[in-house]
Amino acid sequence: MTDIAAWTPEQPIVSLDDVHKSFGNNEVLKGVSFDVRKGEVVCIIGPSGSGKSTLLRCVNALVPIDRGSIKVEGREVHDPALDKLELRRKVGMVFQQYNLFPHKSALENVMMAPVLVLKRPKGEAEAEARQLMRKVRLEGKEDAYPGELSGGEQQRVAIARSLAMDPDIMLFDEVTSALDPETVKEVLATIRVLAEEGMTCMLVTHEMGFARELGDHIYFTDRGVIVEHGPPATFFTSASDPRTRAFLSQIL
Amino acid sequence: MTADTSWKLSATLTPRFLLGVLALLALVVVAGEAWAQLQMGGSRSGILATLWKWTPLLLVGPPREFGGFALNIAVSFLAMAIGTVGGLVLGLGLISHFVPLRHVSWLMTQFFRNSPWLVLLFFVMLLTPFQLRLFGLTIPLPAWLKATFGLSLPIMANVAEIVRGAVNSIPTAQWESAESLAFSRMQTLWRIILPQCVKRMIPPWMNWYCILTMSTPLISIVGVNDSMTLTQDALAAEQRTELLMPMYLMLLCFFFVYCYPIARWTIRLERKYAVRG
Repeated sequence: MTDIAAWTPEQPIVSLDDVHKSFGNNEVLKGVSFDVRKGEVVCIIGPSGSGKSTLLRCVNALVPIDRGSIKVEGREVHDPALDKLELRRKVGMVFQQYNLFPHKSALENVMMAPVLVLKRPKGEAEAEARQLMRKVRLEGKEDAYPGELSGGEQQRVAIARSLAMDPDIMLFDEVTSALDPETVKEVLATIRVLAEEGMTCMLVTHEMGFARELGDHIYFTDRGVIVEHGPPATFFTSASDPRTRAFLSQIL
Repeated sequence: MTADTSWKLSATLTPRFLLGVLALLALVVVAGEAWAQLQMGGSRSGILATLWKWTPLLLVGPPREFGGFALNIAVSFLAMAIGTVGGLVLGLGLISHFVPLRHVSWLMTQFFRNSPWLVLLFFVMLLTPFQLRLFGLTIPLPAWLKATFGLSLPIMANVAEIVRGAVNSIPTAQWESAESLAFSRMQTLWRIILPQCVKRMIPPWMNWYCILTMSTPLISIVGVNDSMTLTQDALAAEQRTELLMPMYLMLLCFFFVYCYPIARWTIRLERKYAVRG
């Protein structure tokens, strides 16, 4: 296993090198490589089915890769000897469909992992969970069950739930795609706060305006490869690849 | 689909329907009574009086002995308890990531689900000794206990299937989000998945309880003083053919009165917990 001491914040916090992944005969990722530095906000855009979600799921080892390497804070994610739970404590993930635990209240959703996984005392975890609920501007909704909350509210609880583990990196998988246009704003505002606080974020998104405003680096994927990438200023104005231009002209 | 069938069932099993059935039963008994009175010229006690005489025995067994319908209920409780605990363990075996365990669990489930209960019952009676020696203690194994164990085997297999089905019905997204929060597989199963399964499991579980209760008269053939055995004993003592129908009818009524409310309640819960969408 790679020694953790070998990694310094100057090095990429996430590093993908020639990542391949197939589901049956369908090769979803065909050699993806890129680096994310600490505090960076990276946006991954591209047509659906281009492997964006799979890419994120590989970073926290929800999906095993076939070939290549993914390193998080210098450690190989797909090393069989790696403690996956240790990795997932550092990498938070928020899903398109929120995936809150429906049998637990919003507050319990947020404090569950710290109590069960990090073995924090209940009182301490609860105080922290209440603070996170305030941070995502949901004070007063602590005792509501997921079924009683709107999509945007559920998604913000899901963000708070991930933050409760105090992660170093946050993965956002099309977190606004299932939301009403009005509630998209609330969720984006929450992510904006995180980004401004210096959280390392990897977002798969269709919100081009948001990517342009907050992204440090944009990656465009199509059919399992990164077609083009760059900082938003150049990416959105002077894309060179015809596939990127076709995609952007459709969406902008 | 289940919600649909339960709706149709509940439409049939209205209280009015229940009253109709009971009225019909009463009519059969009264008609039998009148016919018996005509035949016997009133020389012997009437059918209703005879039934009444035997009712305490059939309900709770002979004096200072536990038996009758109460024994059927006790056996149903105990067999359900054993079957539920065993079924939970077996069901978790069915979804285990440890392949040999999964295969053994699958084989056990299929075997006990697809065997006739009566044959299983005989098999267990013959297989188990009449007493157990453990650490110098001699524990007697009465026939009713062995029979209970025999009935719990098919319940165990069916509960295992209920558990497996319920766990599989929880969206994989729940597993994913728990995993991404660094929950272990055991924590995910016990804290996230199984609590969501309980509601889905209760109606089919209650359904199996009713089926089990209605099958408890099977234990009469292995020499247990349950309500079925005692009914046959009472009929043998009376030696009156006109009692056959009313006596068995009474026994049917005991089971009906006990099981019907449970069936109604199951349907209500099923509708309440039905997955919307």
